[in-house]
Amino acid sequence: MTKRMWALVATLAVCLAFPAAGVTKQHGGTLNMIAWEGYTQPQWVKPFTKKTGCTVHAKYAGSSDEMVTLMRSGGGGQYDMVSASGDASLRLIFGKDVQAIDPSKIPDYKNFGKAFQSPSNNTVDGKHYGLSLQWGPNTLLYNTKKVKPVPTSWAAIYDPKYKGKVTVPDNPIQIADAALYLMKTKPSLGIKDPYELNSNQFKAAIDLLKKQKPLIKKYWGLASDEIDLFKNGDAVIGASWPYQTNTLVAAKAPVKDLIPKEGATGWLDTWMVSAKTKNMDCAMKWLSWISTPTVQAQQAIYFGETPVNSKACAIMDKLSKGSCAQYHANAPLQYFKQIHFWKTPVADCGNGQKDCMDYTKWQQAWTQLKG
Amino acid sequence: METRATRIALGVWVGLVLVFLYVPIVVICLYAFNSSNVQSWPIAGLTTKWFGPAIHNPDMQQALWLSLKAAALATAAALVLGSAASFGVHRFRFFGREAISFLLVLPIALPGIITGMALNSYFAFWKTSFGLWTIVVGHATFCVVVVYNNVLARLRRVPGSLTEASMDLGADGLQTFRYVTFPTISTALISGGLLAFALSFDEVIVTTFTAGAQNTLPIWIFGQIRLGQQLPQVNVVVFLILALTIIPVALAQRLTRESGILRTE
Amino acid sequence: MRRRIGGALWRHQPLKALALLSPPVLAFTLVYIAALAALFVSAFWTVDPFTSLTIHSWTLDNFRELWNEPTYRTVALRTISIAAAVTITDAIIAFPFAYYMARIAKPHTRAILFVLVLLPLWASYLARVYAWRLILNSNGLLNWTLDKLGLPPANIAYTNTAMWIVFSYIWLPFMILPVYAALERIPHSYIEASRDLGGKGFRTLRSVILPLALPGIVAGSIFTFSLTLGDYITPVLVGGASSQFIGNVVYDSVNQSSNLPFAAAFAVVPLCVMGIYLLIARRLGAFEAL
Repeated sequence: MTKRMWALVATLAVCLAFPAAGVTKQHGGTLNMIAWEGYTQPQWVKPFTKKTGCTVHAKYAGSSDEMVTLMRSGGGGQYDMVSASGDASLRLIFGKDVQAIDPSKIPDYKNFGKAFQSPSNNTVDGKHYGLSLQWGPNTLLYNTKKVKPVPTSWAAIYDPKYKGKVTVPDNPIQIADAALYLMKTKPSLGIKDPYELNSNQFKAAIDLLKKQKPLIKKYWGLASDEIDLFKNGDAVIGASWPYQTNTLVAAKAPVKDLIPKEGATGWLDTWMVSAKTKNMDCAMKWLSWISTPTVQAQQAIYFGETPVNSKACAIMDKLSKGSCAQYHANAPLQYFKQIHFWKTPVADCGNGQKDCMDYTKWQQAWTQLKG
Repeated sequence: METRATRIALGVWVGLVLVFLYVPIVVICLYAFNSSNVQSWPIAGLTTKWFGPAIHNPDMQQALWLSLKAAALATAAALVLGSAASFGVHRFRFFGREAISFLLVLPIALPGIITGMALNSYFAFWKTSFGLWTIVVGHATFCVVVVYNNVLARLRRVPGSLTEASMDLGADGLQTFRYVTFPTISTALISGGLLAFALSFDEVIVTTFTAGAQNTLPIWIFGQIRLGQQLPQVNVVVFLILALTIIPVALAQRLTRESGILRTE
Repeated sequence: MRRRIGGALWRHQPLKALALLSPPVLAFTLVYIAALAALFVSAFWTVDPFTSLTIHSWTLDNFRELWNEPTYRTVALRTISIAAAVTITDAIIAFPFAYYMARIAKPHTRAILFVLVLLPLWASYLARVYAWRLILNSNGLLNWTLDKLGLPPANIAYTNTAMWIVFSYIWLPFMILPVYAALERIPHSYIEASRDLGGKGFRTLRSVILPLALPGIVAGSIFTFSLTLGDYITPVLVGGASSQFIGNVVYDSVNQSSNLPFAAAFAVVPLCVMGIYLLIARRLGAFEAL
């Protein structure tokens, strides 16, 4: 008995030693990235690894909050890069979690639309803390068979007609969507910016969300949550990203998305480099790669967002006819200005007053709303 | 004995419970052959196209290796610490005896998220780098009690006279351990170790907090579930793991069934 | 030399105890307990709203917030009641199963049943919970079966009922094993004696078997209760709009708000609940049956 056990232990030890020796060898370095679901598809990551020898490991996060926490976890330095949206980027810059880069080293930087070269969410005091990547809207997603007539307003997700079949993101920033709806439908509240809300305006937004709660089937936290909800008939209307629409359409689900007449919130993403990264070389190579017209086009079509590189439009149409216009890659500035991009709510309203709700209050209110 | 009716009724109950236990397992295995990457009922179609990509997926392979290494190391630590503790508690009556049982059961009794948060802050404070060893420490906390309980239960059934008899016959401490004590607890070690390995291999909550940027297999699986694009690959991996573990589990069951030394009934 | 040390250890029992116990106890205290203590100390601190850095100044603000805001009470009650429901359900399901395994099944069948109970633990927890989503969906396996049987569809996807079912499913093996171990230990002579004294089947069950199996049931309940109490993944995957668990609030507090002190403060709730539960369990003899 004992001899057999020792033999077993010895075999196990040998078995583990062999691959342990092999697995840790690396050639060009590894990039540990925090990314939105769909941002590191093999379609453009595999050629990158082949070309540069840098391997990519992605950890997916479903919200900007998660990204900030992950970047800071374990004292920082766990991850090399993060694809931060506008409501995370400034927090990371002021928290000294990311470092400035020199955009002149990126060949395609000069092809970026003017609005994306130095936007306020990643450029502070003339220093560039990363590179703009892609941008897009938070859309209204609906089941074409069950939702009739075609919705034209965000009122549809607050409508008791769809009780128990509505879904919205599980993210405190969703309060801004409610505020946006009130901005257009209740001008007496005086909301000018859905992210700058004083206590009255904030309460009105929360009340709207409380009225919506009985209609909600589930607050989706993972992109696949919403995909499953729509595919399996548990939700027929909701707030979404184009990523879900594309996946559902590919899986032959009868869905469409649109931007209602009140406009939409949206996101402008930046690839940022950690202040403590040990792989600056690979990081810069990734930034160069991800901003080339071909990769910009591929990602835009895959996720359903708009590239920042103006040269991507032609390639998008080659890959998928009409996609350039579909994702507004050729008329950016006009379309761009009607989207209210995510930004971190702070107490200093920017209109001279300092009584706006800061993000901590948003987070608390959201937890209490969910109950 | 029990009446025939009771036996039949219980047999039916067992059958129903087994159905309950295995319907999801069958679903997982079936959907490894799903032709669509979105899971819905009824199944879109059958195909084996996911098997190749799943097996050759480098992220999956790395995650699997990390999980195996971490589980093996955590189990080894649990075997050593757990049996040492059970020997200490069994043989000697002293003041803090029950406190030790309480201490060791805490990691399993308290929510994993508490262990995870506590260890995460602790490791960050001591500026440890997150990776294999932080994962192992996290897993070892709850693996120890599994081995401890198994060995302790076995020790309670072993007559203490065996050790004394061995000593009387001239064996020293080490020889007694090797030829008398160890064989009696070996099967308890195997079953405890196997359960500890299973717990560590499948753990996700504590690991999320102690793995840093590394992926163990459960963390990789959760990432794939988030993405929703390659779900059948997850099903393929689980299906293959199940098929592969039937053998060691069945073998361990045979080994631990009756160790001739201890037939007391 | 070896004999001298061995002899010395044999004579000085406390020395041997110390040698055996110090590695595990020290390891646990220096790492696990120290980490826990540090965590619960931080419950008395706060964070800066913008930078999310911890401010080391003592305050009861976190506890005040927990006490004043009814949401957290709702969440705690929901978590505890579902954990209790899961425990009772699993005990009811597991007992007849374990009884059959321990006392009726032939050794060959028993071995097979044992393997069948353990095997699901090797299929990823995440994959199994995700499979339940497919089963309970509006167009899922359950409704499809009900439809074929001519019954109305069940609307339990993304509800607390769904969570109750999934939790009961996932932790069932952890209840079956200790109950089986306890039932297996009951000597046959006890049952015979009870019968000789005139106890019919049910009486024997109630007065002899159940009390002897109770430590095993309580031991199993420690697993089912604490694992449900602390889980946050199943509510995310299978829960609905009002399905937040203590674990979710704690996890969001760490992940979303980077507010570890608040998370630690709320984590005191499951700590106290489990502390009380363990004390009761100890009374009922569960520690000998784990």
